[in-house]
Amino acid sequence: MAYLFEFWHQVIGGLPWDWAQHGFVRLALLAVLLAAPLFAVIGTQVVGLRLVFFSDTLGHAALAGLGIGVVAGLTQPWWAMLIWAVVIALAMTWVQRRSRAAADTVLGVFMAFSVALGIMLLSRHGQTKQLLNYLIGDVLSITENGLTGLALTLLITMGLALRWFNALALTGLNASLAGSRGIRVVWMQVGFAVLVAVAVTLVIPWIGLLLINAFLVLPAAAARLLARDMRQYLAWSVALAVAAGVGGLVSSYYWDTPTGATIVLWAVTFYAAALLLHPRRGGPASSVESVEP
Amino acid sequence: MSESAPISSSSAPHAPCGACLTHVHNLCVRLGGQLVLDDLTFDLRCGEITALVGPNGAGKTTLLRALLGEIPYSGHCHFHGGPGHPLRRLVVGYVPQRLAFDRAAPLTVADLFALGAGHRPVFFGLSATVRASAGAALAEVDAAHLMERRLGDLSGGELQRVLLALSLLPEPDLLLLDEPQQGLDAAGLERFYEVVARLRGRFDMAVVLVSHDLAAVARVADRVFLLNRSLLAVGPPAEVLRKLENGYSSKVGERKIEETK
Repeated sequence: MAYLFEFWHQVIGGLPWDWAQHGFVRLALLAVLLAAPLFAVIGTQVVGLRLVFFSDTLGHAALAGLGIGVVAGLTQPWWAMLIWAVVIALAMTWVQRRSRAAADTVLGVFMAFSVALGIMLLSRHGQTKQLLNYLIGDVLSITENGLTGLALTLLITMGLALRWFNALALTGLNASLAGSRGIRVVWMQVGFAVLVAVAVTLVIPWIGLLLINAFLVLPAAAARLLARDMRQYLAWSVALAVAAGVGGLVSSYYWDTPTGATIVLWAVTFYAAALLLHPRRGGPASSVESVEP
Repeated sequence: MSESAPISSSSAPHAPCGACLTHVHNLCVRLGGQLVLDDLTFDLRCGEITALVGPNGAGKTTLLRALLGEIPYSGHCHFHGGPGHPLRRLVVGYVPQRLAFDRAAPLTVADLFALGAGHRPVFFGLSATVRASAGAALAEVDAAHLMERRLGDLSGGELQRVLLALSLLPEPDLLLLDEPQQGLDAAGLERFYEVVARLRGRFDMAVVLVSHDLAAVARVADRVFLLNRSLLAVGPPAEVLRKLENGYSSKVGERKIEETK
């Protein structure tokens, strides 16, 4: 592993640019290159399954997990965030399946609860600086040790996302149709909720929980405007996520701005450009019944 | 984990053998403490189109969901493949009323078949075997030319025929068509029923056509089930129509009011 990192540092360090001369930027670049494709793949499903607000709620729920971790005295409150996000993902899926209340109302309640609890716990323990760190994120704080574990988890998550990609997409189109073809719809929904929770929580320390959902959704949303079929959709989504990630990282180095926010501004720019290129296909990605034109 | 049924290009369709039977016995469904389906017993034969009609809220969709295994029920649902055939699990093909996608969705007909074909991620494209069998299924419903079209560019009738083709892979024992007239104009509807009637003779399967409009399905159906929580009438379309005119209609109406209360 150490050899791989050394190799990476040598290759990137050999680039003629100023930013490539700093070890922490090179690690951040590696992190972005790992996270962006995963987010691009999951993002297409989040948009397709109409779970944009769901994943946003998961991002904000991390705040309560952080608060609990700090109160419990953990040196790595990240673990508490992860467990809390998974619990919240399961709870939201369960309530949505059982409750007749509108889905967005239920999600709104979960988000309010998590954010309020998080702020309360953190401020009682005088941890407002920690709060700010996680709100905004810091991609430059990544260490080699941290990155190894994260890379493995990201690869596993990516493998699962690819393995179940078709079943998930079909479930989003029509749950009964998916069920008739042998797909366990409930497990798809539960499994994907957990997968999104893990992926989002992994990357929150770098991007910040305020903007994590934008990084998840915007590349896919822009790709949707540009693509004609699923292959182009995935290709555009990955390309735009990587471009926004690398562009955001490098430009934040020169502009001295928070990396997460800079990445998201790039992603927004791409979305706006896609909208301008294809204004006719714009508008919200809502569930519209297919009717005669 | 039993996952997406594989699509094979194995063979041409089998004409109905006339011997296989889906047998439903004493089927009851309770939802939220209420008896939604009350003691249904019936047989579905291959080569036969059964229209399932009844007012809104009669339990048509509930029966479909029970046959699809989506909701728990009491009673039995068996499939007999006829003499000489081993007993096996019922393969159900399902044509939904609609898909949830917006018109701009980057999703082609070929993509839809790839999604239904198994685990090979859709963005790797269709394998040659799946493409061949998808093409054959599309040809069965006069839709071979739609393979590369985007779903958002299809008319309601075209989309319904594409969904019908998808439901033929793998070849089902029982084909469930859920209220297919939604989003179709009269010509599209006519064409759709024509295709369904033709498939009846081409595949070894029973067809169930759900509709709230008996007149619309009377021409294509061999038998009609009039459903309103229980089976009120079973018979050829003309007979059920006559019964409806002689008094069942008031009964159906009463039930409907009762249930919507």
